[in-house]
Parts: sequence; C-alpha cells; structure tokens
Amino acid sequence: MATMTTTYSTRGADPATAPAFLAPLDHLRSGLPGAALSWVRDLREQGRERFAAVGLPTVRNESWRYTNLRDLGKLTFQPAVTADSDACFDVLPTVRPEGHGPRLVFVDGRFRAELSSTEGLPAGVELLSLATALTDHGDLVGDHIGRLAAADDRPLVALNSAYLADGPVLRIPRGVALAQPIELVFVSVGAEGRATSFHPRTLIVAEAGSRAVVVEHHVGCGTGTTLANHVAEIFVGEGATLHHYKAQREGGAAFHLSHTAATVAKDGCYDNFILTLGGRLSRNEVVSTLAGTDARTHVSGGYMVRGNQHADTTTLIDHAQPNGTSREVYKGVIDDTARAVFQGKIIVRPQAQKTDGHQLNRALLLSDTAEIDAKPELEIHADDVKCSHGCTAGELDDNALFYLRARGIDQETARGLLIGAFLAEAMEEIAEEPIREAFHSLVAGWLEEKR
Amino acid sequence: MIEIKNLHAKVDGKDILKGVDLTIRPGEVHAIMGPNGAGKSTLSYVLAGRDGYEVTKGSVTYYGKDLLALEPEERAAAGVFLAFQYPVEIPGVANTTFLKTALNAIRKHRGEKELDAMQFLKLLREKTKALGMSDEMLKRAVNVGFSGGEKKRNETLQMAVLEPKFAVLDETDSGLDIDALKIVAEGVNALRSPERSMLVITHYQRLLDYIVPDHVHVLAAGRIVKSGGKELALELEKNGYRDFGVNEAA
Repeated sequence: MATMTTTYSTRGADPATAPAFLAPLDHLRSGLPGAALSWVRDLREQGRERFAAVGLPTVRNESWRYTNLRDLGKLTFQPAVTADSDACFDVLPTVRPEGHGPRLVFVDGRFRAELSSTEGLPAGVELLSLATALTDHGDLVGDHIGRLAAADDRPLVALNSAYLADGPVLRIPRGVALAQPIELVFVSVGAEGRATSFHPRTLIVAEAGSRAVVVEHHVGCGTGTTLANHVAEIFVGEGATLHHYKAQREGGAAFHLSHTAATVAKDGCYDNFILTLGGRLSRNEVVSTLAGTDARTHVSGGYMVRGNQHADTTTLIDHAQPNGTSREVYKGVIDDTARAVFQGKIIVRPQAQKTDGHQLNRALLLSDTAEIDAKPELEIHADDVKCSHGCTAGELDDNALFYLRARGIDQETARGLLIGAFLAEAMEEIAEEPIREAFHSLVAGWLEEKR
Repeated sequence: MIEIKNLHAKVDGKDILKGVDLTIRPGEVHAIMGPNGAGKSTLSYVLAGRDGYEVTKGSVTYYGKDLLALEPEERAAAGVFLAFQYPVEIPGVANTTFLKTALNAIRKHRGEKELDAMQFLKLLREKTKALGMSDEMLKRAVNVGFSGGEKKRNETLQMAVLEPKFAVLDETDSGLDIDALKIVAEGVNALRSPERSMLVITHYQRLLDYIVPDHVHVLAAGRIVKSGGKELALELEKNGYRDFGVNEAA
C-alpha cells in the first residue's frame, strides 16, 4: 500500500498546519508498540501521509463550518511523555457509589496499570490497553482497528492513526452480559509551559447477544494546554446491547476532539450519551451505522458551556438496513460568550424501509452573547419511513423564575432548578439510574460553580 | 401589620395604581373587589415583587420593613405569599422537589433547621390529606397537566406548607367550579389564624360566601373608592360596579 500514490483534495483543509503536528512522530515511531505488525505500520503510515497532505480542517470544510481550529493550529504540541505527576488525581471519578469496579485508566493517553483493575470480570471478557494488545494480541485488534473510523475525509482520524499507540480495548464474548459498568478514565495532565497532545484509540467489540455498559470519564488537572484527539471504534454484534456513556469535564486549557464510529448488527442496540461540561474547545463526532435489520441506536447528550468555551456535537445516523430505529435527544445550556454547535444528520439508505428516526436539539441561552449554531439534516432515500427533527433555542422562562422566587427560592437556585429541568429530557435518555444520578451530580456541580 | 400608603405603580409605561391606601392588621382578612382593569392583579404583583411593575410613588411597610426594597424571595422568606391567579407550569421540576426547596429556603432564612427528606414527607402528608390531594399530584411536575381546580389546590397546599404571615390570594376563584371552590376555600379557612393576614382579591362576590372577610374594599381605576364590612360585597353583587363609575355587563 505504501507504493500507492493518492492525491487528496485540500479544499477546506490547511496542509501548512500538518508539519508541526507530525514532526514529533519521527522520534517516536520506532518506539511505538506493535511496530512489528505490518498492518499497524501501514495504518500509521497512511494516517501520517493523509494528515501531511491536508492538515487541520478549516471552516471552509462543510463539516467544520462552525468550529474553527485556528487556535489549535497556532500551538506547537509535544506528544505526551510518561506522566509522573500523580498528585492531582488522588481520587479518580466513578459512577459507582460503592467505589470503582473494573476500569482502565489513561493519563495523557497512556495506560496506567497500577490505577486500573480488571477484577470481577466474567471469564472471556477482555479488557486491556491497546499497547498491550498490540504487543501480545495483535490478532484481537487487527480485525477491527481502522475498519470503522475512516481517515479519508477526517483529518483528525488520520492524525490519530498516525500516532496509534494506546487506548482501551474491550471485547465482550458472545452471549455474555456484564453486571457492572466498565469505566474508562482519561486524565489530561499535560505539562506546565508547553502544549501536550495525545491520540487514544478505543476499541469495543460487543459480540452477538452480549450486553455491557461502558462509562467514560474525561477529566483534567494541571494548567498546561492539552489536546486529546480520541477515536473510538465500536462493533455491536447481532442482538447485542451496548450502553456507552461519557462525561467530559476537562479543564479550561483542554482541546477535546473525539470521533466515535459505531456499527450495529441485526437486532443490536447501541446507546451513546455524552455530557460535555469542560474543555476550551470540544467536538464530539458520533457516527452510528445501523448495518443490520431491526437495529436501534440512541445518540443523545447534554452540553453545558460558559465563559468562552466552544462545544461542538456532530452526529451522523446512517440507516443502512430496514426496520431500524434511531433517537437523538440533545439539550444544551450556553452562558456568557460561549458557543455551541449542533450538526445532526440522518441518512436513510434506499433499502432502509420502515426506518423510524427522531432527532431533537434544544438549546437554552443564558446570556445575550451566548450562541448556538444548529444544523439538522435529513437525507432520505427510502419512501416508507418515519423521520422527524426539531431544533429550538430559547431563554429561561421569566414566569417560572418569578413563581419560584415568589416561593422563597433565591434567583440562582431557581435558575438552577429550571436549567436542571430543561436538561432532564436529555438526561432521561440515560437508561441506568446510578449513572443518571452520577451525571446529575456533575450537572449540579456545574451549576454550583457558577455561584 | 401591613401598611400600603399612596401606592402608585406603572406597567408598560401605563399608570395602573393611582394612590392605594390600605392597612391590614394581624389576623384580619381583607377582600379587594373590583372590575376588570381596576388594578387588582397589579397590586398583587407589586406586593410580591414582580419585575416590570414599577412603583412610582408611595410605600408598603411590612412589619416595620420597607417591603418594596426586598427581592421576591426575601419577601417570601419574610412571610409574604402570593397565590397566583394563573399558577405557572414548570415541566421537569417535581412538585415535591419544588415544595421542599421552597420550604427549606424559607426555614433557612428564618434561622430554622432545614427539614430532611423524611421530615418533609411527613409534613407534606399531613398537609395534603387536609386538601384531598393525591400523592400522584405531588410526584408530577409543578402544575403540569393539572386541572384548574388542581392548580388552585396546589397553591393552597403551598400556602399551608410555607405558613406565610401575609397571604395575597389573586382571583383564587377564577376557573373553579363550585365543588373545587369549596375545597380551596376550606383549605384557606383552615389557615386563618390571629397571626396571619390575608388579602383576597376577587371580581365576584361568590368566593366571599366561603372565605368571609372582615373588611371589603372596592378598587376602581387604581384607587380604593369604598371600604366597608362584608355586607359591601353583597351590595356589589346586587348593583355591580356602576356606582363607582364603571359599566360592566357582568
């Protein structure tokens, strides 16, 4: 493949930004795990080549129209070195009130075995770091990595592939139902005085008839600028159910870019919920493809931004087979001069008859300078389908606010109650109560901070 | 004691209240009657502290304090309660959560200990039983999907839970059939006490058959034009408001 020559369109791309992002690779490449595997070398090389040709996307790229990576392009990022400052995360987050269960912890993108645990997992379940998998179980990941997250029109996926080294790998064997959630904790630490980047790759394979709940925590500590450029590839087998939750609350100097690509086989179900609270700039791309008949996907979330934060949610639901159901419910709360972007696209392929697709995005603007850019898109090629979308932006209800205050509830608490109520519709999409509760507390914490 | 003196207020740049004088002593129930547009609701919103109701002249002294200087929540904490003519629906906020937050906010302000979930539920059970309200209504979002009667019962429940010193009932009878009206009136009467004052605002005399006031005032064109005992309400029922220069078909 290395001999193939390809020309790439640079429309909406800025190749000039590429060298700075790729330069550190030259020192790294030989030391990266899995260097002995040819498919790994190829994947990295293709990613490097692709990114070198196009660089960061610009606002002239239709998919990046509302999210400008200019500030990112100005920084010179160093790849993360082995983090040794543990002081800042003596208590790692968990959704389990009784303490954490099975979990993998990554600090600046690198697996930390001493903070992780795979105890209590049923036999056959594999939960390990990609670095270990590449060294010891190349076959497990070789069949899946790079299959879903196509680098062709996604420069950041290409960049992630170029640096492919570590991240969580989870395989739930056929018919196995996990009783407890698996937690994936990503801590961005960075380093004082320089910008640090890392490119974790997540792989989840839920085999036929299996059932699992995965919760991702993205937290930050330290004041150094970080770029977490995540890519996740998720395979949901026939009749399998995967509930995938994520809470992102990195610090104010964090760039959080994430691309999640899922494929759902016949009768399978993939739920994705993302709560965005942190980061200076974040973008969550979720692509869920209903590749089998009667498959379901729920792709939802809440985003709460203030100050000069920017949060982008870009989703694509691809109905490729008949009788699929998709549901999207997003709620956003935007304060100060923060800005949020919602781009939601539903494609219904010609053969995907009897598709039922529903999409909703509602934004609550708490200040005159807060901004939401919403772009819902339906692309329907079948004739017997039910699809709807709704996008609204509004303010807090003054009548409700006065009513609460007239009962003795102070203004900030009243606003908090109403904001919480506004978000409730999205939070209800979290099927597991303990996780919903844990995410509710994060929202409550966000509201507290304001005061 | 509540003393309203020469109260003038504007809404949307229009003078609505043009010199209201009224004194209400502890334990007294006063009724304000008046035709549409007389300024009845404006008076209730001015007392509760709603934005957009601008007081241009006059004062309201509440147990020695300048009521108009307080934020709405501070007035509530001081014991002022407005039973809304149109209770607001708040999707996503459970009725119990709302009541508990309100009660604890007020208790905190009074320097009392906040109630925990158990203590609060016990109190709530007692109060709801008297009003014939179901547990289900408490679990639902505030006023969402409530009938007119349920909304007014919910206002009465809030009053019972928050135990105000001064309650303003704005057109509590509007939208109620006679059975609902009786239930609400019983709830209100149960709250009458020597320490609690009430101001009952209504267009019709009917409500005053059930909540019998000590004093009745007629508000017309932004002023109190006549005051008397409860018999004044009956007189108004018979003659309408035309004696006060108001022509109403009703």
